[in-house]
Amino acid sequence: MIKQLKNSSIFNLAGLVIAWFIIFGFFAWKGPPTFHSLDNLETMARQGTIVSIATLGMTCIIICGGIDLSVGSVVAFVGVVIAALLVSGKSPWIALLGGVAAGGVCGLFNGILITRVKVVPFIVTLGTMLIVRGGAKWVANDKSINPLPNWLDDIISRPPKVEGKPAGGFVGAVFSGVTHLFPVGVWLLLFLALMVSLMLKRTRFGRHIVAVGSNEQAARLCGVPVERVKVLVYMLGGMFFGLSGLMTFSRLTLADPTVAQGLELDVIAAVVIGGASLNGGQGSVLGSLLGAWIMTTISTGCSMMGWSTFVEQIVTGAIIIISVAIDRMRVRKD
Amino acid sequence: MSGICKEFGATKALDKVDLHVEKGEVHALVGENGSGKSTLMRILSGAEFSDSGQITLGGEPYAPKNPIQGRRAGIAMIYQELSLCPDLSTAENIMLGLEVQNLGIIDRKTTRKITQDALHLLGIDDVNVDAPVKSLPIAMRQLIEIARAVALDSRVVVLDEPTSSLTQADTERLFNVVEILKNKGTSVIYISHFLDEIKRICDRMTVLRDGVNVGVKRVDEVDADGIVAMMVGRRIDTIYPRSPRKQGEVLLDISSLHGRTKPEDASFTLHKGEVLGIAGLNGSGRTELLRCIFGLDAVKSGRIRVGHIEGKARPAERWKEGVGMLSEDRKLEGLALRMSIADNMTITKLPAIVSNAKQEEEAAGWITKMKVKCQGPKQAIGELSGGNQQKVAIARLLYHGVDVMLLDEPTRGIDVGSKEQIYALIDELALEGMAVLMVSSYLPELLGTCDRIAVMHKGKLGRAVPVEETNAEAIIREAAGA
Repeated sequence: MIKQLKNSSIFNLAGLVIAWFIIFGFFAWKGPPTFHSLDNLETMARQGTIVSIATLGMTCIIICGGIDLSVGSVVAFVGVVIAALLVSGKSPWIALLGGVAAGGVCGLFNGILITRVKVVPFIVTLGTMLIVRGGAKWVANDKSINPLPNWLDDIISRPPKVEGKPAGGFVGAVFSGVTHLFPVGVWLLLFLALMVSLMLKRTRFGRHIVAVGSNEQAARLCGVPVERVKVLVYMLGGMFFGLSGLMTFSRLTLADPTVAQGLELDVIAAVVIGGASLNGGQGSVLGSLLGAWIMTTISTGCSMMGWSTFVEQIVTGAIIIISVAIDRMRVRKD
Repeated sequence: MSGICKEFGATKALDKVDLHVEKGEVHALVGENGSGKSTLMRILSGAEFSDSGQITLGGEPYAPKNPIQGRRAGIAMIYQELSLCPDLSTAENIMLGLEVQNLGIIDRKTTRKITQDALHLLGIDDVNVDAPVKSLPIAMRQLIEIARAVALDSRVVVLDEPTSSLTQADTERLFNVVEILKNKGTSVIYISHFLDEIKRICDRMTVLRDGVNVGVKRVDEVDADGIVAMMVGRRIDTIYPRSPRKQGEVLLDISSLHGRTKPEDASFTLHKGEVLGIAGLNGSGRTELLRCIFGLDAVKSGRIRVGHIEGKARPAERWKEGVGMLSEDRKLEGLALRMSIADNMTITKLPAIVSNAKQEEEAAGWITKMKVKCQGPKQAIGELSGGNQQKVAIARLLYHGVDVMLLDEPTRGIDVGSKEQIYALIDELALEGMAVLMVSSYLPELLGTCDRIAVMHKGKLGRAVPVEETNAEAIIREAAGA
């Protein structure tokens, strides 16, 4: 029983929650009182959304035994696509869908190169990282694009304070409370996280993702369409990176083709802290989200302490190594 | 299967081989490593194609284009390297590729039910079907693979060396499962080196030698010696030359050696000019013993003395003391497959500035001496056959000029010709004063080449007995702990 518990991911997730409490407690104790205000938690949730949404895609890719280094470039490219569509007079809905589709196309391109040309994911996505970044600068003509204000700007901005009594009785009150607690972007993240988690655990596609990452040969022998699973995983990942791009655009309210450099490393770090193995087969959505949440807490805490960014970088780096080392020791003991 | 032929380049792996297996029969396929058993089975599974010949399955022609088609047609292969996904649960593994869905969501109840039914049919009721497979012992994983074959309604189940890593109790359990399969009308092809197992559970046997079917027999018609004679095709003493050797001083002295888990207690002495064999089952700790001596595994307690030097050491120091080791895993540990023959041979003793010309000249000498078939010292070693690779691996020890050789399964996976050459070489080296410690799972080879044999059982090493005073049955009994 104990052994089973040790093997289960609950052990790992509990560790992450404890780690977060320690880090949060430290800043709450040492930092300014504003740190542990609800207001600040809300800010952290919004700031963490960009990385968190991308971890949903990256978690699937890493569980499937792959890696994607083109996240930051896709985020920038998608922002440029959205802004260009808006500038050309399209509605925000079209721009949104166009942006996510652009992310999906980037992922599809990665997936096809990986499965058809059989180049390892690290190299393929290292290449597309540069290609897509170049593409973003090309489309944007090497400048930032600044479309007119529209509702996309508010997806992860701070919701307005509640004023007066909302109409519509109880339902209205709940709706108003919900939309005023977090902006729609954060709710979207939580909803998608639940969906991806269910997909990984309960659907055939999800189980095939784990199977391919766990033992590709065995999966192929059992009739799992390994190549198709991989292409779809990269495409799905690309769409999540597209959503991340949308959030980035929303936050800046403009598209900058040089934005989000190195974002992929934050995303991979969050997934790895969350207990995923780069050899595939292991990882969880909840773990990755906790990983991203821990990283956001550290960066917010450090900046509120008035520390320089180097502190944040050193601490985050140490957390990555420590979390994986603890996991290794646990496995070895079994 | 009839008239199956297969050539790899110039070598004929299979030459007009016939194999007939009845419904509900347990049919043994025996032969030495490299006799063509695995190639034949790969053709049956669809992983490889025959150059000529036909296969019929249940009276109908059968020609799988890939392993998936083979599986669908009802051929289930259960290899030594298990093909399960360690991170998926038992139920998910059994139903992988056959998922039952309800509105796009996996129906876990049905999945569990089918799994439990398949396991129950095989008499396995003590496994948590929701736990990830990696948390289960190897023996259980193997049974799960067989359960997968049952869930798939396979008509032929191929078991490739299924007991080589199992304990006695697990082996019994596996035999029960085979019996159940047989009564169910499933045909089982059973590949094993353990002749007593074959005699116990198989009905008939087909013997392969060098890619040729040399006979089909009912197992109750033949005895172990008869099987060995068919497999080897000639009398044992001709392939195992043994000159009268003279033993010198003690070169390696081990006393009550304990490793982290294995060995649990090992003591012996190895003399100059002696070949000492270590027998035992896979997993009994033979490899760990060699690794402890060579400094690859941690030593918990005990004494190791090489010549006059006592104490633990790292591999680099062992090489300096004149001890060389040959790994059982040529591909992963023994050789760097992409490097050249010359590089592989000279890697243990390189000058600070490496001269390619000198390195290749040295290697060329050994290539001739060891009769390595290759294009030259620059060829990548991965391109050579297993036997020739092994000769290079041994040449490395000789080039280094060792006095003590630790050989772990020196003839595993190599052709008969290379084997004979290696036996002759060991004899020649011992005659010149080399001390050889040899681990092998193949008893005739130990009995044929060694001066003394010690048997390992569950980490404990028995007394080394002169080869004239022991025989195969006694060794098997000691290895199995009976």
